[in-house]
Amino acid sequence: MANRIQLRVKRFHPEHDQEPWFETYEVPLRKEWVVLDALNYIKDHLDGSLTFRWSCRMGVCGSCGMEVNGVPKLTCATFLTECAPGPVRVEPLKNFPILRDLVVDISDFLVKLAKSKPWIIRKVEKPLEEEYFQTPEQVDEYKQFSMCINCLLCYAACPVYGLDPLFSGPAAIALAQRYNMDSRDQGASKRMDILSQHDGIWGCTFVGECTKVCPKHVDPAGAIQQYKLTSSIEWLKSLVLPRGAE
Amino acid sequence: MLDTSSHDIVLVGGGGAGLRAAIAISESAPNLNVAVVSKVYPMRSHTVAAEGGAAGVHLPEDSLDEHAYDTISGGDWLCDQDAVEVFVKEAPLELMRLEHWGCPWSREPDGRVAVRPFGGMKKTRTWFAADKTGFHLLHTLFQTSLKYSGIVRYDEYYVTKLLVDDDRVQGVVALELTTGKIQVIMAKAVILCTGGCGRVFRFTTNAAIKTGDGMALAYRAGAPLKDMEFVQYHPTGLPFTGILITEAARAEGGFLKNKDGYRYLQDYNLGTPEPTPVLRTMELGPRDRLSQAFVHEQTKGRTILGPYGPVVNLDLRHLGEQTIKTKLPFVRELCLLYENIDPITHMIPVRPVVHYMMGGVHTNLNGETPLNGLYAAGEVACVSINGANRLGSNSLPELLVFGARAGRAAAAYASEQKPPGRHLMAQALDEQAYLQDQFLKKTSGRESIAVLREEMQKIMENCAGIYRSGESLAGAADKLFELRERFNDIRMDDSGHMFNTELISALELSCMLDVAESMAQCAAQRTESRGAHQRTDYPERDDEKFLAHSLVYRDADGRARVEYTPVTITRWAPAERVYGK
Amino acid sequence: MINPTEYVPKSFQPRVSTYWWLGRWAYAKFILREVSSLFVAWIVVVTLLQIRALKGGPTEYAEFQAWLGNPWVVILNIISFFFVVFHAVTWFNLAPKAMVVRMQGKRLPGVAIAAPNYAAWLVVSSVVAWIVLRGLK
Repeated sequence: MANRIQLRVKRFHPEHDQEPWFETYEVPLRKEWVVLDALNYIKDHLDGSLTFRWSCRMGVCGSCGMEVNGVPKLTCATFLTECAPGPVRVEPLKNFPILRDLVVDISDFLVKLAKSKPWIIRKVEKPLEEEYFQTPEQVDEYKQFSMCINCLLCYAACPVYGLDPLFSGPAAIALAQRYNMDSRDQGASKRMDILSQHDGIWGCTFVGECTKVCPKHVDPAGAIQQYKLTSSIEWLKSLVLPRGAE
Repeated sequence: MLDTSSHDIVLVGGGGAGLRAAIAISESAPNLNVAVVSKVYPMRSHTVAAEGGAAGVHLPEDSLDEHAYDTISGGDWLCDQDAVEVFVKEAPLELMRLEHWGCPWSREPDGRVAVRPFGGMKKTRTWFAADKTGFHLLHTLFQTSLKYSGIVRYDEYYVTKLLVDDDRVQGVVALELTTGKIQVIMAKAVILCTGGCGRVFRFTTNAAIKTGDGMALAYRAGAPLKDMEFVQYHPTGLPFTGILITEAARAEGGFLKNKDGYRYLQDYNLGTPEPTPVLRTMELGPRDRLSQAFVHEQTKGRTILGPYGPVVNLDLRHLGEQTIKTKLPFVRELCLLYENIDPITHMIPVRPVVHYMMGGVHTNLNGETPLNGLYAAGEVACVSINGANRLGSNSLPELLVFGARAGRAAAAYASEQKPPGRHLMAQALDEQAYLQDQFLKKTSGRESIAVLREEMQKIMENCAGIYRSGESLAGAADKLFELRERFNDIRMDDSGHMFNTELISALELSCMLDVAESMAQCAAQRTESRGAHQRTDYPERDDEKFLAHSLVYRDADGRARVEYTPVTITRWAPAERVYGK
Repeated sequence: MINPTEYVPKSFQPRVSTYWWLGRWAYAKFILREVSSLFVAWIVVVTLLQIRALKGGPTEYAEFQAWLGNPWVVILNIISFFFVVFHAVTWFNLAPKAMVVRMQGKRLPGVAIAAPNYAAWLVVSSVVAWIVLRGLK
């Protein structure tokens, strides 16, 4: 195994660049290093101006999502040896505005997340002394969708989000579905009104790439299709039983 | 002219404690306007990485007094017992509140919340969400916080200074990462929820963002830090990365074995080995004792020499595929990814790793610091309920209980204050000038951030390891002070304004240097062994002189000055810590 | 003193190329799947024309059959056949994503949802084929 590897990293400085460009660096190739380690090596020893987000380096905070050789990945979970012999192309996540180098503007996602009303909605709150009983099977119904770390790799992979910035996107819809399926929640109809729109679930054309790139196996594509099925059934029910159809 | 905004309360940090405090304020005082100022988006906060669980009395055969006793004895009697009593009482209520907010607690087959055993606890009382409890807790809190319109978020703003005037904290100066502009945020009360400072060490479970920012902010503003010498080493971290392997793996029945396949903990007054876990014995002993046992094994030559240093083995194979896949799926994921090992069929190499700071900003049981208008909660604070050693699964409920209490206390205080005056602007302009001159506009400078950081980490590893000695501690505080002088000669590659993470790294390093010096000074002056602070030159616990908290203040010359304040004892007189029976 | 207008956040919005779908095989496969619906529509049109011709009587039907014999129609129909199969296969394979069936607390594997669809397709095709081929005798 060679002991060096090249990284081609996309740079962009809003204060003096018109558009992004590539810079090449050479870093040690260690078998235990992930792409994030290489980026930190560059920042610490070669070029302190290289800018990227990171935090937990164990795949749970969702900060370090970037495009590695054209595929959205968590750079803390992508080993350099996987990308050897290189050069390894590192770019910011697609479909988001680039703020600087490998950092993108994710504020749009935060807005869309809030629109999904991702919290327990109850008609009547239970007092604190009373527990909601929820069997392990009931937990399983939404558990998978609750594993989302908001890394936004799915948004980078979704061509609909790339072409239509109004689209709610995989994670926001999957999180809405997570609450819809939670037996403690009673707010499915409130979320339905917002998401059952053209830029909600119906914007999705089931490309399925979101599920493929998700590092936590959330399966947002599945969540959206299930939501479409529920939404259609609810709509049919509302035609047949117009009032009080729950 | 600087951009200024004004809120009733400012929260610095948007993790478990910060978000819980924000919600507590919105619920107890809905007319108040709360700002959550965080250097990262809140769901990136390090609460997200917590795995094992959150303790709260739940089963009928358990009692608040027992949880209190376990906590106090676990903390080697350095815990303030009035605070512990409040903590154990409110913990189960807070955990139930999270349940109502949607936290996916793992359940018994009949639908009730399940609890698991945990280290140092005599009864089973740790609530858990598979082995990603912190992740689910944080996301539940964050998503719930979205429904309160009174909470305003400043995402990716780095607070560089507390504004103090008239003996009161009246706001913060923050750097907006995206644009580089200075934002003055005025407030009637400020709550620090910025977490611990594991990154002063090289080998730690902590994320990059754990750089002791809030501790330094308080310290520089004149508030004392407390018990800074008590650093928790978690017994089971993966070698090289330091990634945490949760205590839950041992709670489910994992064994720690040395190179001879021997469950070595039985040699260290932790009981006799049984095939299934027995509470408060062996692998379910307290973290400090387990980490200390590792050091002894290493001295005896009974650890395994791996490619990254000595390790022992964590054996989960006898738990079976079903248990590992349902109760420890994240552990399995981490081992497969970072060690290429499947814990179902192989033993996991582990070693002690810096994990948690028992010490922090000195507060009372309402999160109040001695500085008017300044509050703190979570790992950044030291109430103290953890004393000299924290029990696993006490930290997550600590965020909730004291986050809520600090929030409510700050809300009550803020409701009675006049809004801050505009004369704070001078301080803010000074801060802006400092950042420009010291970092952005400077063209000279010979020191590199990375080199200084590594030197600091090396000093800390030598002086604040699991075992310390007068020798290793001697001069450590001086050396760290010297690093701070060298820091003034820092050279930056990045002179841009927009998203300058090198500037943030430099500011974080300066916080870490302050905090590290306070840690070294406290450790040097505590001439006894208690909990996580073990001195080879003073191996016994000295209740006569040291049943007291170290309070460290920053002197006018910038050096750390240590005083002592007694521990609050209510009902549990200091006794011997006994495990294994 | 720094001018506050220097702190306006500027970002770079990359434009999505018209040929975005050539970037990854998964995207290209998706576009093909969507395009297959055009060919499905064509088969529907042919079938409607066939029904109209049937109604029109033996002469009109014979004209229709002659038209079907046109080389371009044959080629188009062959291509359409493959696209319709592709369309059906992708549809059946994706159905389990939308329908989650739980039995005894465990989610049924995707195969259990897809298989009945395939089975039904086979049965209906066999029945239709039998009727048609029987009529040819």
